[in-house]
This record gives sequence, C-alpha cells and structure tokens, in this order.
Amino acid sequence: MNIQQFKDILHNGVWKQNTGVVQLLGMCPLLAVSSTVVNGVSLGLATSFVMAMSGAAVSPIRQLVPNEIRIPVFILIIAVLVTVVQYFMNAYMYGLYVVLGIFIPLIVTNCIVLARVEAFASKNSMLPAALDGFAMGLGLTCVLAVLGGMREIIGKGTLLSGIDLALGDAAKDWVIHVIPDYKGFLLAVLPPGAFIGLGLLIAGKNWLNLRAERKARGDSATVVPVDGGCAISHGG
Amino acid sequence: MSASPIKESLLTALNLLIFALIGTAVLASTFFLTRDRIRQSVEGEKLKLISQIVPPALFDNDIIKDTLHIAPDPLLGNTDVTIAYRARLHGEPSAVVLEAVAPDGYGGKINLILSIRANGEVAGVRVVSHKETPGLGDYIELPKSPWIKGFDGKSNAEYKESDWKVKKDGGQFEYMAGATITPRAVVKAVHKALLYFEKNRDKLFAASTPTPLNLPLSGEGQRKPEGVGEGKK
Repeated sequence: MNIQQFKDILHNGVWKQNTGVVQLLGMCPLLAVSSTVVNGVSLGLATSFVMAMSGAAVSPIRQLVPNEIRIPVFILIIAVLVTVVQYFMNAYMYGLYVVLGIFIPLIVTNCIVLARVEAFASKNSMLPAALDGFAMGLGLTCVLAVLGGMREIIGKGTLLSGIDLALGDAAKDWVIHVIPDYKGFLLAVLPPGAFIGLGLLIAGKNWLNLRAERKARGDSATVVPVDGGCAISHGG
Repeated sequence: MSASPIKESLLTALNLLIFALIGTAVLASTFFLTRDRIRQSVEGEKLKLISQIVPPALFDNDIIKDTLHIAPDPLLGNTDVTIAYRARLHGEPSAVVLEAVAPDGYGGKINLILSIRANGEVAGVRVVSHKETPGLGDYIELPKSPWIKGFDGKSNAEYKESDWKVKKDGGQFEYMAGATITPRAVVKAVHKALLYFEKNRDKLFAASTPTPLNLPLSGEGQRKPEGVGEGKK
C-alpha cells in the first residue's frame, strides 16, 4: 500500500464517502446515541474498531469463502467481533455499557459494516481493508461527535457530560458547562433534534462541496448539486 | 468446477460450519476471559447504588451476598423474580433493599430500588430506569432534582393512607407542575412497597442461611436461574 492509496482511503472514508452525511448508512445508532458527545464518540469508536477488525478478518479469507455463503460468513464474523467488543465494554466500561445498551449489539445490523466488508474488504488485501473500515468508522465518529456536541450544547448546555462513564471517576471534572444555569432545550435532546441536526450537517457538507466545486470551476457556471445523499441506500 | 452439485453444496456447508465453529471458539474464550471482570463490575455498580440508599453505618455484612429471591407480588409491581438485599449490623437486621416497579408512569414502567429500615422507615429510594419525558418528568432522578429524597425517613407510622399522595391530590408529597403523573406513580409504588414490607417483614429478615437460591417468598414457586431480575434495562 503506497502513500497515495493510504490517503485516498482515508479521504474517502472520513470525507468523500462519509457514512453519516453522504452515504446515510447506519442512521439508527447515529440518531439514537448522538444526544451527547461522549455517547456518540464511544459508539463511533466501537463501530470503527469493529469495522477495522472485520475488514482485516474478511480480507485474508476472501478466497476461502464460496461466493454463495459469503454474506452469512461475513455477518458471522461481524457478529463475533461485536460480541467481543460488547463483552469487553461490559467488563471494563460498565457505566458506558449501560448507557449505550442495545446499540452495541446493534452494530451488527449497522449496514455500513457489512457494506464495506462486501464492497471493499472482500476485494482488497488486508491492510487497505482494515484501513478502509477504520476510516469509514472514523468518518461516522466525526459526525457523531459533531452532532452529539450540537445536541448536547443546545439541549443541556454542557459538553462531555458522562465522560466519567468512559474514562473513570477521575474524568468527572472534565465536563464543560458551556452555558451556565441552562434550563435545557428538550427538542435537541429528543429524536427530532437528531434529525434536524443531521439535516443541518448534511446541508453544511453539501454547501462545502458546492463551494469547492465552484472554486474549481473558477466561480462561474450554474451549480449542479453534487451527490449529496446517496439515493441507493437507507439503512438502519 | 464440474464437481457434482451435492459434493459442492456439502463443501459449502462444511465451510460455513468451520467458520461457525471458529466464531464460537472466539466467543467462548472471550466470555471466559471477561466473565469474572463483568461480574465484578455488575456487583460494584450494585454496591454503589445500594450504598446510596443504605447508609454505610447501617450495615457491616456483605450485603451483596446476603440476598433473598422475591417472587412477583402485586404490591411490588414486579413481574419477575427480583432480589432483596439484607443489611445487618452486628447480626441484627437493620434494613432491606427491595426492587419495586411503578407500572403507571407517564412513559410506562418506572423501576425503583428502595431500602426500608427495620423500623419501617424508608431509608432511601432511587430510580433505576424510567421512560418519563426528559426535562419534564425526569426530576425523579437524583442528579436532576432532590425530589426523590423526599421519601427518606417516611413511614406508614408517620403517614396515613391518604398522605401517600402528591399534594395536588391532598397528600404530603411535592410535585412539579406539568408532570404529576410521574410522581403520583412513584409515591404509590413506594407506599405499596412499604405495605409489602410490613406484610412480609419476618420472611424478609429470616436468618441468612446459605439458602437455596430460588426460595420464593409467597405464592407458587417460580424458578429462575441466578441472575434473573438483576438486569437493568
């Protein structure tokens, strides 16, 4: 794997094909756990780990698996990895495990994981496959972090609340009260806040894309919308 | 690839089987690797919760181990076997920790854990999980508001039946305007748990023999493996 390929995969995963705001895959956890930064980032990192590992695991065995049963085998591998993550979180980050609850096992059903395994890992060698999974997960984590931050500040007036669940009691003081004596804004905490926030993020990403494109063309011509939301897939 | 179709499908099945076996082996080893640690975390969390509602001065026994299985009872609102923890000081029973469910919250069930002193006073109540509206009905959670501490020290000796209501309904308990269904449900559940305690007091404090774990308190025995009913959802 050369440097260029490395860069391409990273750029593709984190920005160009971002799962959260471009491919719009894995909406269920994205919308459900993005109520705070800590929740969002934790689930994002867990997903990244699973994606990197499943990429690394699927790639070397891609020749061994008959085409007809590749999907069940991939799912099996992903499910095993997710369960391993779940056990470890249960053992070493119990508080966070309780908060994220059902969304950890649900990483299995996050179609972005299977999608990358099927589209990339099963056609590439191990290192790029792992990197691709990680980059995709990282892209998702970024969106979760930004969305979680928006919802947390607007909804609760804080940042990093619940960090002690992830890093132990020592981190309790890290919570930032962005707006002191904030009464809270319910809409941002509830699911509609997630949809609105995500909508704004997608709009922002498209705007940046358009601007870049306009610049590339030298500030002229009518603007054709670039591929914002991927129309193919709406996954859970 | 002109192998007979049967042979080919058998090979495919074998392939899948091998992956399933590898997967199972990985899972099993992770399970055994993390099992003790998970049990520690769960117990530690439980002890944290229990020590919030049972003052540490009240017990010197290993409260996590001194348990009793409680069969479902309408007064507790539970539908599964739950576990009661007994606090003892110098061998004398001092308090019991019960799980109770308020079935009629605004968003469904509210799961409570409460401790009752041997003299029938509430030592503490905490909400374990609930689905009340965030920002509105969630003042029953401790970090959000001290409301739940209003139960501390209350007993049926002090409050009569009609006092176990929110003030709006003529009782003694505070509530916040706009969200009365939630506290109503919690007050009712705590009151009923106290009634349960009074009815079953002797059984609840029965000497801690190394009991067979599935000892139902009343009603028909409902056998459940250890661990059932501990889960927080």
